[in-house]
Amino acid sequence: MLNIFQWAAPHTFYPLAGKLWRPFAVLAAVLAVAALYLGFFVAPTDFQQGEGYRIIFVHVPASWMSMVIYLAMAFWAFLGFTFNTRLSGMMTQALAPTGALFTFLSLWTGALWGKPMWGTWWVWDARLTSELILFFLYMGYIALTSAIDDPRRADKAGGLLALVGAVNVPIIYFSVTWWNTLHQGASVSVTKGSSMAHTMLWAMLLMALACWAYTIAMALYRVRSIILERERHTRWAQEVTA
Amino acid sequence: MIWASWGDFWAMGGYGLYVWGSYAVVALGLLAEVIGARQRQRKAIAQIQEHKEDTDL
Repeated sequence: MLNIFQWAAPHTFYPLAGKLWRPFAVLAAVLAVAALYLGFFVAPTDFQQGEGYRIIFVHVPASWMSMVIYLAMAFWAFLGFTFNTRLSGMMTQALAPTGALFTFLSLWTGALWGKPMWGTWWVWDARLTSELILFFLYMGYIALTSAIDDPRRADKAGGLLALVGAVNVPIIYFSVTWWNTLHQGASVSVTKGSSMAHTMLWAMLLMALACWAYTIAMALYRVRSIILERERHTRWAQEVTA
Repeated sequence: MIWASWGDFWAMGGYGLYVWGSYAVVALGLLAEVIGARQRQRKAIAQIQEHKEDTDL
């Protein structure tokens, strides 16, 4: 049907990922530097939150990535169940640590933002609690897949968790409209546009793109390690690492 | 220019602890992930080469 399936074979994807991760890493670095420059030297002081609002440039991108990466894992898990391609499970596993990291960073920067603005590090409201559950889902996925020795069975069990857990992502996203919460509503919306100053918005969007590029680079890099770990007894793996 | 001096910049209008506490942990987290990923790749390659020597014997 499609040539895409040709790349679904680990031994053909390994060199492709090896070529692709570097440009994405460079892109991530360039975008991050531009975003930090805009965010710290161009974006004006906020009239309500003073300079404290500048946490937004990492908090929002990290939070977006925490949700996007989980959906990406669910997508790969779905592909794995439908087409039974070996690479799908490896991609799901390659994304998980980065997703867990961004979720942790979202919670951490959120706490450091909440303390000066709300007067508390943490509240058990819908947005914060559902994001914490997302963190537990990532940890659960990582623990589950590393506890099962047979990689194919680990992929299946983990894939199921990734698919079922994806229900939590829309709950996080809409929590600020569905429930009364201390957390503010979305500053950027597809339907209503943005309520932020232009330079602030650009700094945030550039950082979000940097995080996307970083995640892609990281997933491509890590999937190579996973491929080698699983294919270590094959001749091609021995030749490619010689 | 927003900042009158570097001292001003690091103070972040009194929010220095919160702003830099956020960015520092983000930087550390990303750095740790990059180092961990590189170590995992090296280990994966080393394991294959060990295995190869075993089979060559």
